[in-house]
Amino acid sequence: MTDKQTKAFGAGGPLVYVLALVVVALTLGPVLYGALGGFRSNEQLASDPAGLPDPWVFTNYSTVLTNSEFWRYALNSTVVALITTVVAVLAGVMAAYPLARYQFRGREGLFMVFVLGLLFPAAVAIIPLFILVTRDLQLGNTWWGVALPQAAFALPITVVILRPFLMALPRELEEAALIDGASRVGIFWRLALPLSMPALVTVGVLAFVTSWNAYLLPLLLLQDDMRTLPLGVADYSTEHSADTAGVLAFTTIAMIPALILFLALQRRIVGGLTGAVKG
Amino acid sequence: MTHEGATGPVAPTLTEVVTRRDERRVAPRPVGTGWRQRLEIVMFVSPALALMAVFILWPVLSAVRMSFYRWKGFGPMDQWVGLNNYRLVLQDEVFTDAVMHNFTIVVLSILIQLPLGLGLALLLNRRIRGRGLLRTIVFVPYVVAEVIAGVIWFQLLQPQYGVVDTVLTNIGLTPPEQGFLGTPDLALPTVFVVLTWKYLGLAVLLFLAGLQGVPDELYEAAQLDGASWWQTQRRVAIPLIGPTIRTWAFLSIIGSLQQFDMIWVLTHGGPANRTTTMATYLVEQGTERGNYGIAGAASVLLFVIAFVTAVAYQLIVLRRDTKVDR
Repeated sequence: MTDKQTKAFGAGGPLVYVLALVVVALTLGPVLYGALGGFRSNEQLASDPAGLPDPWVFTNYSTVLTNSEFWRYALNSTVVALITTVVAVLAGVMAAYPLARYQFRGREGLFMVFVLGLLFPAAVAIIPLFILVTRDLQLGNTWWGVALPQAAFALPITVVILRPFLMALPRELEEAALIDGASRVGIFWRLALPLSMPALVTVGVLAFVTSWNAYLLPLLLLQDDMRTLPLGVADYSTEHSADTAGVLAFTTIAMIPALILFLALQRRIVGGLTGAVKG
Repeated sequence: MTHEGATGPVAPTLTEVVTRRDERRVAPRPVGTGWRQRLEIVMFVSPALALMAVFILWPVLSAVRMSFYRWKGFGPMDQWVGLNNYRLVLQDEVFTDAVMHNFTIVVLSILIQLPLGLGLALLLNRRIRGRGLLRTIVFVPYVVAEVIAGVIWFQLLQPQYGVVDTVLTNIGLTPPEQGFLGTPDLALPTVFVVLTWKYLGLAVLLFLAGLQGVPDELYEAAQLDGASWWQTQRRVAIPLIGPTIRTWAFLSIIGSLQQFDMIWVLTHGGPANRTTTMATYLVEQGTERGNYGIAGAASVLLFVIAFVTAVAYQLIVLRRDTKVDR
């Protein structure tokens, strides 16, 4: 979002601010309920579900943070998301490069393959995918077993975002490099990759957050101490359904990394996309 | 049009995909020819194609194959049953209801999330204090995992002891006895409310980005002509972000047809199968009951339904963009 001046005339009247406040309350309410609920005891939650912590209880959070299972899930989530991101971004930018900078017959057709990939929801392939990964590849209950299919499903959107960005890179740079005797592959590594960093961050964050939040595929493929955080949260909340405060603390901590990543990189993400779209 | 995706992670891409316009404008020129170039292309593209072939194409084809067999998940797949699995699935009321639920979510999304999202985007496009912060806040639920949002809402919606029921009781209303998620007639609408909470931020962000692309001069001209704020929005801004709105609707439709996570966490498809979706149906048939043939048939049907809907939408609605807006 470039910081253009607002075009809509009329600053907000009081009504606009009231509306905005309502929206903020409705949006953040559930999240805050989770975060604050983690600071209350189950008795507090039972006697006044909508109240504030009184007194503040820290044991729920400390229990989660000292729980080795929680850290195990966090580790799994992190590693799976990292593998997914690296594989998707690397394979994606490699595929997008010739689609953007080479001219050859069947180029648009090849691009359509990636576009069509967008139309295949993971749910359609989930059962055979489960069989493929666990039986044929023997990768059931491993990081790679989840990360590779996730990377594959992240590829279409990655290529589709990266291609216009790569197309917009100035041709002069490429020509100068060619004159200096660089090969096309050298141009890819030393010119195209560094120049498209903002777009790579964008697709990387998308792939990372999608993997971090994924549920269906890990649900089928991972058990026990290979589970990721979403599975951990869902299972914890069924197993400890009586311990509402504990569930809320667990849930709150699990959502923090994705939120921080988004907030920290918000400008880069937006900048990358703006660059990709405007050239 | 090119600006509207500027802020949404998914926006420009799908716009590009769906409408595919800009490509030929910046066609790179040929450099290097012959086998060397071909080799380079193959080298660059093959990792991506290999991954997609193994983990997308092959499983999808397997689902098709599986759908013609009666197979319990072990032993050889040799009991060919033709179209019998499809017959079973289509005659299964749980599945046809699931399709209905998916389309209910599709229709409600358009009818409710579109006006809400548009209203919020217009509101946030005004020159108010803290606008940047507001935009970030509105997007927070979208970043939170569906499972995590589901677990929190599950707690909020607990019958009697949950916050929602408590608040309703305090203001003198009687919440349903079995809770919102436990009452058959209320379960799906309740799930939809939670989905709206989760996904409204995306709509707002996309629409806002679209509004950024509306030139100042148009507002000024409208203002000079004596148009009110609302008239300006209605006659100038909203028509101009039409393409963004249609792209959002496309995303929303596809997402609604694939819905799984939130429902699995909130209701598991219950009570009495009143919130099943095609995805929950096929996962349950496949992993929980071991009816792999049936799951395969349901997968194929899900794909066909999603594909036909996407193509129909493209033909009916999105085609206008290519014709009119450019």
